[in-house]
Parts: sequence; structure tokens; C-alpha cells
Amino acid sequence: MATIDYPLQRPKAEPGEFSFSETVYKWVATVDHKRLGLMYIASALIFFVVAGLMATVMRLQLMFPNGHVVAPDTFNRLFTMHGTSMVFLVGMPLVAGLSNYLVPLMIGARDMAFPRLNAFGFWIFLLGGLLLYYSYLGGGGLSGDGSAPDVGWFAYAPLTERSFSRGHSSDYWALGILVSGFGSIASAINVIATTFCMRCPGMTLKRMPMFVWVMLIDSWLILVALPPLSAAQVMLLLDRYLGANFFNTQNGGSAVLWQHYFWIFGHPEVYILIFPAFAILSEVIPIFSRKPLFGRPAMVAAVVAIGFISLGVWAHHMFAVGMTSWSNTFFAASSMLVGIPTGIKIFNWTATMYGGRLRFSTALLFCCGFLFQFLVAGLTGIMLAVAPFDWQLHDSYFVVAHFHFTLVGGLVFALFAGIYYWFPKAIGKMLDEKLGKWHFWLFTIGFNMTFIPLHWAGMLGMPRRIYTYAPGRGWELWNFIATVGVFFQIAGVLFFVWNVLRAALRGKPAPDDPWDAWTLEWATSSPPPEYNFEKLPVVRSSRPLWDLKHPQDPDWKWE
Amino acid sequence: MAHGHLVAENALVMERQWKLPDRGTVGIIFLIVTESVLFSMFVIAYLIYLNKSLVGPYPKDVLELPILASICLLSSSGTIVFAEHALKHNRLGPFKLWWALTILLGAYFLWATGVEWRKLIYDDHLTISTNLFGTTFYSLVGLHASHVIVGLVFLTMVLVVTLLGFPIQTQLRRVLFLSWYWHFVDAVWVIVFTVVYIIGLPR
Repeated sequence: MATIDYPLQRPKAEPGEFSFSETVYKWVATVDHKRLGLMYIASALIFFVVAGLMATVMRLQLMFPNGHVVAPDTFNRLFTMHGTSMVFLVGMPLVAGLSNYLVPLMIGARDMAFPRLNAFGFWIFLLGGLLLYYSYLGGGGLSGDGSAPDVGWFAYAPLTERSFSRGHSSDYWALGILVSGFGSIASAINVIATTFCMRCPGMTLKRMPMFVWVMLIDSWLILVALPPLSAAQVMLLLDRYLGANFFNTQNGGSAVLWQHYFWIFGHPEVYILIFPAFAILSEVIPIFSRKPLFGRPAMVAAVVAIGFISLGVWAHHMFAVGMTSWSNTFFAASSMLVGIPTGIKIFNWTATMYGGRLRFSTALLFCCGFLFQFLVAGLTGIMLAVAPFDWQLHDSYFVVAHFHFTLVGGLVFALFAGIYYWFPKAIGKMLDEKLGKWHFWLFTIGFNMTFIPLHWAGMLGMPRRIYTYAPGRGWELWNFIATVGVFFQIAGVLFFVWNVLRAALRGKPAPDDPWDAWTLEWATSSPPPEYNFEKLPVVRSSRPLWDLKHPQDPDWKWE
Repeated sequence: MAHGHLVAENALVMERQWKLPDRGTVGIIFLIVTESVLFSMFVIAYLIYLNKSLVGPYPKDVLELPILASICLLSSSGTIVFAEHALKHNRLGPFKLWWALTILLGAYFLWATGVEWRKLIYDDHLTISTNLFGTTFYSLVGLHASHVIVGLVFLTMVLVVTLLGFPIQTQLRRVLFLSWYWHFVDAVWVIVFTVVYIIGLPR
């Protein structure tokens, strides 16, 4: 009988020291989902710092009217590389990294369904990222024009066609992102197969942690949303290399086709990016509120609903193109519709906190920041879904402020919450809460200081992507405040980096279950051994660790 | 205590009865899902640009129905089923025969595509850059043909290792997944044929 109990015997830590070359080999040749997950997250964080520094340079350029920090063409490259990196080399690897690290642990599996495919996905993603950045060296090409891509992160045709984009910069953009997209698809298939086929006994879909549910739907979105982008990029490369006419308006091709294909990918993509945030919040908020997630079935239904509705809203990015009023109406309505399941999620997280015994750790603080900021982002999103409103503010700083509220105020805040929550598990060391609070407050103040004023600048008519502006239009103050906010954000991130390095080098060792949590990843040691669980767990409710810690009052009696 | 014992019994039963789908099956199904989306994008582009070419040649001037090639490709879906059936019953001789026939039928289809393209390029002067018809035709049919090539490479690999004496009956699952991919490639051809040679050719 003893063999079927929970596997709480601590597996032994890996013995001995390894030489440098052995360590490198272990990481490069690994197929372990935890190492690959950490490598995904680490590369995402490195690209995050690089792309963040690019944003800093842009803010410095815009701090005062008639700025002279960088040349106009450099500015174009900066915003292109900033956007492309943040979406494809920060957001996407975070999706893959978080699901890789956590999904097998949460469902009580020893690894992903396809470990080698997993390694392939990571390395091909990294190749894609390096290919994009190689454009700084190789983008000039034989003609000597151009270096890094300067066509914006959505690379509208015909600007990317041979006639308008000389050299190889647009080729590196298309190839790098195409290649890293294969990695994302590989990882998404892997996550789906893992959740369907690798769950430990008793882990039914009904009992599966919310995190895994969200990542499952996220992977579904990747599978159906990435191929349109890949197709468009293949078409673009055919245009550029073989003289095809897909986006060549001189021969009847349509520039609007690129916009449709890009946004058929692009709008689900923003949900792909924000889903990890939803996943993290659904785990962190209950633990620090000491209450199970409020309205769990509604949360699952909401995320599934988003997984389908978000496929039909793309053309709200194109109201200014001049579509028929029927299309405008349809896409305005569907865009507002997607606000309903998202609203359900916000309400349910708040309701989880309501009446809970809140422990305001750094992780929960970041979740609170998320709730406020993502709500603002959602509201400006609803405003922009109104087609006539969008006609006024299309491609203005209002839009920039809106999507930075979703992706920085939303995704990045949730990411920090997740790191503060799972760092002890992954690295085996505790992060310092005091430094964490400095990080939180500096970053929150800085973030709001930067992006709230940009709404006003946009309302006053400041277009996005301009490299400078004349004084006297009422934009000076807002731009100045926005740039000052950046320094607060940088200070916050420095506290974070210091905190992580300090903890990794000489932090307090983390216990197996520092937060008194309920999901299976806390049932193994910190950090988990290569095989995760010595014996596969058997699960009887959606909070297996609660059952184990409270044998007199287990959840399975009530579920 | 008796209660706890009961629970333990239930858990044991649960562990024994715990059945989940096969990971390869799930993996190949979702690979086909994502591939279908990729193909639909090229199909949609073909339909959007239908009759939008500014200069000739137009489909009705140059396209001929690839009836024989289509019959060959579609019947290869049948021969691969026979091959699988033979392998399931451990009859290696018929397996090799049906499998080789599948490869031959697929290869004939590919050759026929090559002949068609040669005619279009050299006799009709239709290249990918001529007009929108050329652009969408070569990319859609070419995307499909590239999938046929990938399929043929894998099919040939299986045949070669079998002829070299590898016990292929131990890899029944993998052979099955390969056949699903092949069926998918055939199904896509039905759509490509309908779009390019039926809808795209006004009569």
C-alpha cells in the first residue's frame, strides 16, 4: 500500500562538481525540460534588456523637441528591432520557457512528450534571434544599403519589397522570424501532447492546474495563428528573391493582403503573449490569498472563449485602411466581444483576493499592479475598438500607450510575479523580499510615469514612430515626463538584476515549498532533480498538495 | 482508518486504469492542424488573386487537367493502407510491395508536376514573376509538391531500411503516423485540384 502514497521522499541532489566544459556540454546537449525552460527564459531576459535599452535610446531622443541623440534612419531601426525583439524574442520564448519548465512539473510528469523536439525548438528559436541581430552586420548586403530592418515590427508591404527595402535587412527580418516561428510551433505541439498524454494518474482535465489550462489554449493559438505569418513571410521572400507579385502593387498585387495576413497572426499573437500572464496570475493570486481560484470553470471557459474569439478580431488593426462599413462593424463588435471573457478573468482574480488572507509578498504586489494596469489597457482597448474613435487615434501615441499597458503593465508585471514566485523552485535560492519591494515600487512608478503621459501625447495628435517633433504642440511636457519615468524603470530592473545575482550566488537556500502552495511542482525538491518525481504522484483533486497537508479535510471530499 | 484504506484502494485502481492518448497520435494530429492553416493561407491567396492578373497567360489558356497524376496520387493513399495492413499482420513481402508501389505512384505525380511546370515555363512563358496567376499557382502547387517530396523522402527511408533487413514491424506506430501524413498530403491535393483546376478554370 505504501507505494501508492504521495512521492514526498526527497530525491537526492545531483552529486559532485563539474568542470566548465562538462557544464557547458550538459546545457548544450540537454533534452531536460527544466534546463531548456531556463535557457528559454534566460535568452528572453537577455533580449529584454537589449530591446529595453533600444527603447531607452528612443525615449532620450524624444525627451525634448528637435532631439539629436540618434539619426532618423537609426531611429527607424531602433523601433523596428525593439518591437520585433520584444514580441518574437522576448514574449515567444517566455511562453515556451514557462510552459516548458512548469507544465510537466504541474501535471506530475517526468519530461515533455517530445524532449528532443523540445531541444530542437529552443535552438532553432535562438538561431532565428541571432539571424535577426546578424542583420546589423550583414544587412547591408552587396548593394551596401540598409543594415538592421527599419520597416516597423509589422513590416508593411510594399515597404518591404525589393524596390523600397534595399540590401538584406528585410530578408533577415523575414528569415529570422520565420525560423524562430518553427521553434514556437514545435514547442506548442509539444505542450499540447504533454498535457494530453503525460498527466499523472488522477490528473483529469477537471483537476488540471489553471496554469496548464491556459498554456494549453495558448499552444492552440500558436498552432493556428503562426502559420499565417509564416505564409506571409514565405510570400514576401518569394517576392524579394524570385520576383513574385504577392505584394507588388505594380503587377496587381495587394499591400492590404499583407496587412490581413499579418494581423490574422498579429492579433491572436497579443493573446499568445498575454496568456502566460493569465496563467501566472491564476496560480500566484490564490496562493497569496489563501483561497482557491474563484470560479474555476468560468476561468477555463473564458480562456477557451478567448482562444476562439481572438481569431476573429484582427482587422481592428486596419480600420484606417478603408474597409467596407460591414467589415468595420463586424470587427468592432467582435473586438468588444473578446472583452467579455477577459473581464470575467479580471473579476475572478479580484474575487479570489476578496475576503482572502492576503500576504503581500513581491509576487502578489506585481499581480496587483497587473490587475490595475491591465484593466486600464483593456478599457483603452475597448475605446480603440470603436472604429470612428480609432480613425482619430490610429497610429498615434495613444495606441503605443495602450499596447504598452497590456504588454509591459500586463505581461512584464506578471512575469516578475512569476519569477518571484517560482525562482526558489527553479534555482533553489530565495529572492530577497526587501529588494523585491524596491524593484516593484520603482518599476511601477516608472512604468506609469512613462506610459500614462503618452496617452495624452497621443490624444494631442502625436503620431507614433516620428523621430522628433517641433516645439509648441503641447507634447513637450508629456514626452519629458515619459522619459524621466524610464530611469525609474531602469532603476527597478537594476534592483531585480542585483536581487537575482545575489540570490543565485549567496542567497538563502529555498525550502521545497516556501509559499505553502497546492500544486505538484512544490511536491519535489528545490531545484527539482532531472527526473522530477521519484515516484509519479497520484492526484485526487485540483489541489493535491492541500490534500496531502490536510488529510482530515482533503479537497477530494468536496469536488 | 478503514476509510483511509478504502481511498488507497481507489487510488490503486485509478493508477491501474489510468489511460491517456498516445503522444505520437496527438503530436501528428496537431502537426496536421498547423499545416492545414499554412495551406489555407496559400489557397486563400490563390482565390483572392483569381482573375486579377494584369497580363496573360491566364489559367484557361495554359492549364490542362492533371487527371492521371491525380488518380495516381489519390490511389497511393489506398496502397499505403494495404501496406499498413500487411505490416500489421507481419507479412513483410506484401508490405514491401505495396509500400514500393506507393512510392512509385507518388514519384509519378511529382514527375507529372515537373512535366507540367516545364511546359508552362518553356512553352507558355509563365513564370512566378509573370503575373498574379503565376505567382499564386507556383507557390500553392509548389508548396504541395514540396510536401510530396518530404513524404517521398520518408517513405523511401522506410523502404530502404526494410530492404536492408531492419525489423520495420517493430515501428508500426511510426509507419502509421507517416501514412497519416501521406493521407494529409493527398487530401490537400483534392483541395488544390478543386481550387486551381475546377474553380480557377471558368468554362
